[in-house]
Amino acid sequence: MHYDMLLLRFGEFTLKGKNRARFEKAVLNHVKLLLKPFPSASLRKEFGRIYVVLGGESYEQIIQVLKRVFGITTISPVKMAPVELDTIIETAVALMHELNPTEGTTFKVNARRVWKGFAHSSHEMNHLIGSPVLRELPVLKVDVRQPDIELRVEVREQAAYIFSDIITAVGGYPLGTNGKAMLLLSGGIDSPVAGWSSMRRGLEIECVHFYSYPFTSERAKEKVIDLARVLAGYAGRIKIHLVPFTEVQTAFTRTGQDNLIITLMRRSMLRIATMLAEREGALALVTGDSLGQVASQTLSSMNVIGRSTELPLLRPLVMMDKQEITELAKQIGTYDLSILPYEDCCTLFVPKSPTTNPNLWVVQKIEASIRDLNTLIEQAVATTETVVLEADGAIEGRKEEVVQEDWF
Amino acid sequence: MKYFDYAATTPPFEEVITTIAEVMGRHYGNPSSMHRYGEDADKLLKRSREVCATALRVHPAEIVFTSGATESNNLAIKGVALQYQARGKHIVTVSTEHPSVYEACKQLADLGFEVTFLPVDAEGHVSAEQVCAATRTDTILVSIMHVNNETGRVQPLHDIGVALKEQFPRVLFHVDGVQGYGKLPVDIRGWKADLYSLSAHKLRGPKGAGLLIVREGVELFPLLSGGSQEQGFRAGTENVPLLVGMSKAVRLAGERQAEAAQRMTAWRDRVAAEVKTIPQLRLNSGEEAPHIVHFSYPGMKAEVLLHTLEQLGVAVSTQSACSSKLAEPSRILLAMGRNEAEASGGIRISFGDEHTEQDIDELILALRQAVAQLGSLERWKR
Repeated sequence: MHYDMLLLRFGEFTLKGKNRARFEKAVLNHVKLLLKPFPSASLRKEFGRIYVVLGGESYEQIIQVLKRVFGITTISPVKMAPVELDTIIETAVALMHELNPTEGTTFKVNARRVWKGFAHSSHEMNHLIGSPVLRELPVLKVDVRQPDIELRVEVREQAAYIFSDIITAVGGYPLGTNGKAMLLLSGGIDSPVAGWSSMRRGLEIECVHFYSYPFTSERAKEKVIDLARVLAGYAGRIKIHLVPFTEVQTAFTRTGQDNLIITLMRRSMLRIATMLAEREGALALVTGDSLGQVASQTLSSMNVIGRSTELPLLRPLVMMDKQEITELAKQIGTYDLSILPYEDCCTLFVPKSPTTNPNLWVVQKIEASIRDLNTLIEQAVATTETVVLEADGAIEGRKEEVVQEDWF
Repeated sequence: MKYFDYAATTPPFEEVITTIAEVMGRHYGNPSSMHRYGEDADKLLKRSREVCATALRVHPAEIVFTSGATESNNLAIKGVALQYQARGKHIVTVSTEHPSVYEACKQLADLGFEVTFLPVDAEGHVSAEQVCAATRTDTILVSIMHVNNETGRVQPLHDIGVALKEQFPRVLFHVDGVQGYGKLPVDIRGWKADLYSLSAHKLRGPKGAGLLIVREGVELFPLLSGGSQEQGFRAGTENVPLLVGMSKAVRLAGERQAEAAQRMTAWRDRVAAEVKTIPQLRLNSGEEAPHIVHFSYPGMKAEVLLHTLEQLGVAVSTQSACSSKLAEPSRILLAMGRNEAEASGGIRISFGDEHTEQDIDELILALRQAVAQLGSLERWKR
């Protein structure tokens, strides 16, 4: 197939009146960021659309990349022709040839004269282009209601665009246009999906991960960094805050309240995440909770855990089935990492029978009985390590003693 | 002595040697161990995988580290054959493949598989039509090399892959990419290849390291069983220092490809033009791989020309290094329709981009002198 450019269409935010320019700019910047590895491709902005002029780059590869840009709903690979009827017909025929239709494939022409200076009306063009296509490709049949192929022709002042494919992209809101939130990222299947879902609604995400060396291994931490890096592939770059949680966690093991330990841990995690959110200017917390999935995700647990923060607690997966979440994880590319078998800090002290119905009053009393809990929480925040991950794999702000980049 | 046998092996990059020594000295842990030593080694392995994946534009999880291209090719071919034999027992390959593909297929034939060795035309090419015509409903694998190691012929992988997958989407497509990477653009996805073999020492990395790209979803019957290293496709403790060194070589060779190809193409054309002016010689290579010039001296045993050139300070090769100690005529040239005399007098000159214009001058001078010396000998013999 030979195409000259890609046509990117925006989604629902085109309705947003005055903010529209800001939204479009966010998409444009995101596209620019992801096109860095394709130096010959260039961008053109038009009202309500973006065009990527391919300049010889592979359209298939670029589509794969741009399908991930939040705010883009569909992508069409387009052939260009000068604004003359003969060349438009020639290009249309060439496109149909390349689509390689089989006997009995139905099609229709859908022409639009955007530039009214062109001599033929949209209706005329449907015929003027349709008949030579039929003549050149006798396998085709016309069906104006439900054609297999809809050959679209748009005549604009600078050029005519000819295309047929409309590829569905991810949609949603452009990156970061709805503010910033802190994502509690474990090594599991759910939380990365929750992160991706919130990014898709226009949230900028920073990740918070709790680790408990020596109870969890260094590799568990690496795995989470890898997960965050997949998310960085959507955002361009992403921050991850690595919180040492061992001290807080072991404080709870000393209370002797085994069945409440998960509840207690979660509440502390939310407190720490809230403090980090305040420091970083984020206005919400995002978790991968899904109603009823585990003991800490019953309504009663969610109530007791959620009361430890005053920030809005967003749970994008709350009503989803495990199967749907798993499917999404596979689609966004986090699944294979999530199933790597390393302990995380939550699977570690799982009691035999975690409570599904904790009592807020009891939980608060236990917390009050741990004298230095607030100090431990503050210490955890103070010793948190922050790493910035770039989409292409580079890691900022972290001393990598083992992997010396000049070796590679 | 000037070395012109890059298709056999290459001198490693200086910085690759340093890297390997440093890693070997510092990070001797077993990447599968749980402690810090193991974790460190594992981190290096992981970074190596990422670096190779980026250079080859595939996913890191698709890379299986091996001991070299022979193992990669064997794993690809036998691994597919044993894994998918329930689907069918037919394999399609080409008569001019490297021994590690050719012999692996012959072994499978002994085990009850059926192998079609496609003939090539006089230029050494096989066509997409030929491949598709030979493919059947019980075919499980098509294996075709990118660049021929003897003659530098480049197979039309894009045409073959696209046509094959269109008609037979379930048939797996393996590409032996050993002589192509770093010399020509590589487009594994565009070729629709499911498997792709590479060797480190052909691109200025260490010997004893290679990789096989296994597209996501493809399963292989492991040839080495034991541990669960390399996604279970290849047991055995990974050779971390060599693999780090390989990844550096792969990155460097990939980055330099376009520029290297330009330089080498100019030299190849000079040497080829020179060969054409010498009436005793017959040029077999075309304007394809930028690093190989291959010609025959019909009636003269290749070994004699090789040693004469050696006395004149130039190291070249007869056939491929993997079969050059056999006294038989080249299987590749015979397959291209050359007669015995031509196929026994084949000489391969192969270079790298670190050669200089002056090296090429010396090579050409030695070639003229050698043919002149041997020519006078011929007259004397008559």
